[in-house]
Amino acid sequence: MSEHHHDHHDHDHHHDNHFTDMEARVKALETVLTEKGLIDPAAIDAIVETYETKIGPRNGARVVAKAWVDPDFAEWLKRDATEAIASLSYTGRQGEHMRAVFNTPDTHNLVVCTLCSCYPWSVLGLPPVWYKAPPYRSRAVIDPRGVLSEFGLALPETTRIRVWDSTAELRYLVIPERPAGTDGFSEEELAELVTRDSMIGTGIALSAEALR
Amino acid sequence: MNGPHDLGGAHGLGPVAPEKDEPYFHADWEKRALGVTLSCGAFGAWTIDESRHARENLPPATYLSASYYEIWTRALETLLKRHGFVTQAELDGGHMLEKGAAPKRVLKAEMVAGVLAKGGPCDRPVEAVPRFAVGDRVKTKNFNPETHTRLPRYARAKRGRVEAVQGSFVFPDDNAHGRGENPQWLYTVVFDGPEIWGEGADPTLSVSIDAWESYLEHV
Repeated sequence: MSEHHHDHHDHDHHHDNHFTDMEARVKALETVLTEKGLIDPAAIDAIVETYETKIGPRNGARVVAKAWVDPDFAEWLKRDATEAIASLSYTGRQGEHMRAVFNTPDTHNLVVCTLCSCYPWSVLGLPPVWYKAPPYRSRAVIDPRGVLSEFGLALPETTRIRVWDSTAELRYLVIPERPAGTDGFSEEELAELVTRDSMIGTGIALSAEALR
Repeated sequence: MNGPHDLGGAHGLGPVAPEKDEPYFHADWEKRALGVTLSCGAFGAWTIDESRHARENLPPATYLSASYYEIWTRALETLLKRHGFVTQAELDGGHMLEKGAAPKRVLKAEMVAGVLAKGGPCDRPVEAVPRFAVGDRVKTKNFNPETHTRLPRYARAKRGRVEAVQGSFVFPDDNAHGRGENPQWLYTVVFDGPEIWGEGADPTLSVSIDAWESYLEHV
């Protein structure tokens, strides 16, 4: 890109092209559909607002924290994750058929969708770009340790890695291990230690010191 | 189909490059693309399986270089044209030229919360009893249909173990092509890393897929 200068009047060259194309393309689509009365622009706003403010990884973090403090809830999650999660009112689109998979001292779980972008929206919200992109989708099943290293996670050589390829309509939520030194923590404090990546399996929960 | 979407085990696609504090959207058009895609899904004119198949039918070079919202948008254009809601001339001109097909439902703002909270469950009862039980040794079929399937290439003709009987679900290989929901039992089947990747495979790795009954045979 060095042969180009980057003045603001220079709108239409290379790396900007793609972006502008998509902007125009989506605008045309929305306009045509709105003129036909097939879509309601206010509904689009409502969808966006839902996933920006209401449905996101904090939902999943509350599920995990509750599983850490309440053995009955953890058992319920193992038995019927959809129902257990619905008891916290997290339901619906891309969370219709939930499964919770628990990390243990010797097994680490990692979730991927090699064929598209299946992801548990009801508890984690919209998937990050990397989750939907070819590098993660291609490598998670063949080189999970290499993938995890790119997230800064190095597991012991003896840890078993279980990769869950979301090929059907089941949506997987990883329940990370509860960090050491969190005995007196409240459920709310524990939830703050649960990162999005720890519920996909590309991370682990934050350590107790993170709250100090 | 053996399309560009079937990525498990492919090499050369680069590092994962997670973005720190990634925003939910990287541009305003992505917000609109999400909302338009979900709104059009609410028409009830096609299934999630048909929409997945429209995405995997993008030209491979396009698929591999596009962001996911671009993949969604391009596939949505295909679906809208296929089902008579818009024409290419309308998309090119950016305005309505003719009325087009009428959907079963138009998603209004006040319906959004209810529709998202309800989702679209895909479990369906079947009369048949499951052919496989937990612990059964199974082998996945080897097939290469040009049509939609959810059995990834890397997991074809591989030996594994049934870990869970997950209930009965709409069969996407049929449903994507308007051949009906034809529900089947679904199983979580787990494979040892070396069974899939052979020489040099990570010995600590196991990989599972969720497989419809017709993907499997007894060993």
